[in-house]
Amino acid sequence: MAVSIMHRVSGHGLAVVGLALLAWWLIAAATSDEAYAIFQEFATSWMGRIVWVGLSWLAFQHLLSGVRHLWLDAGFGYDSRAAQRSALAVFVGAVVMAGLFWAVRWGL
Amino acid sequence: MGPAARSGTDLKRVRGLGAAHAGVHHWWAQRVTAAANLLLGIWLVASLLWLPDFSRAAVVAWVGQPWVAVPLALLVGSATWHMRLGVQVMLEDYVRDEGLRRLLLILLDFYAVGVAAVGLFAVLKIAFGAADA
Repeated sequence: MAVSIMHRVSGHGLAVVGLALLAWWLIAAATSDEAYAIFQEFATSWMGRIVWVGLSWLAFQHLLSGVRHLWLDAGFGYDSRAAQRSALAVFVGAVVMAGLFWAVRWGL
Repeated sequence: MGPAARSGTDLKRVRGLGAAHAGVHHWWAQRVTAAANLLLGIWLVASLLWLPDFSRAAVVAWVGQPWVAVPLALLVGSATWHMRLGVQVMLEDYVRDEGLRRLLLILLDFYAVGVAAVGLFAVLKIAFGAADA
């Protein structure tokens, strides 16, 4: 149940914050150096960094729980132990994938 | 399914619109855009890892390639469409007042179309070489 609730929560986080920031990033790059500098000032601030890390985690969480939903839609994984295992795998997998993403991006 | 298990008239069944009078189109579009987002999202994650840095010059050079501009434009369209469908379901679930619900659904349409328009315009402007960086 928690994974299903988090699917909705992460989806709305991506909807409201993620897509708005994606549009801001692209339009700033398309506009001018000044416009991009304003975006970068936010993006490289502590606030911005927290937002990027949070968004990446939400993105992987939503991606994995979305795949799980499609799998359930197709009629698989309904037995209660399998459903609990896949729910746990979604939570762990999202954290691991977000961690790997930033480890590669920051060259750790 | 035996006749006893059927509900409604034959005409209603053949129309296939169900209790919501909208059929499965919304449900299906949510899943088709999910599949598109999955593929394009994996591509975006790989691209963000591959970008040398996030300077404007690097981003403009990246988006300026046809094989980046096309999937990026598709992702903007697919993601905003998927978002539009998902937020609609949330509003229908939680906003009891019909007037407020309709108002929020209109605002959701404005947000979805606005974000898609801004994103697509930006990608195309860069792709067509009109953003000098």
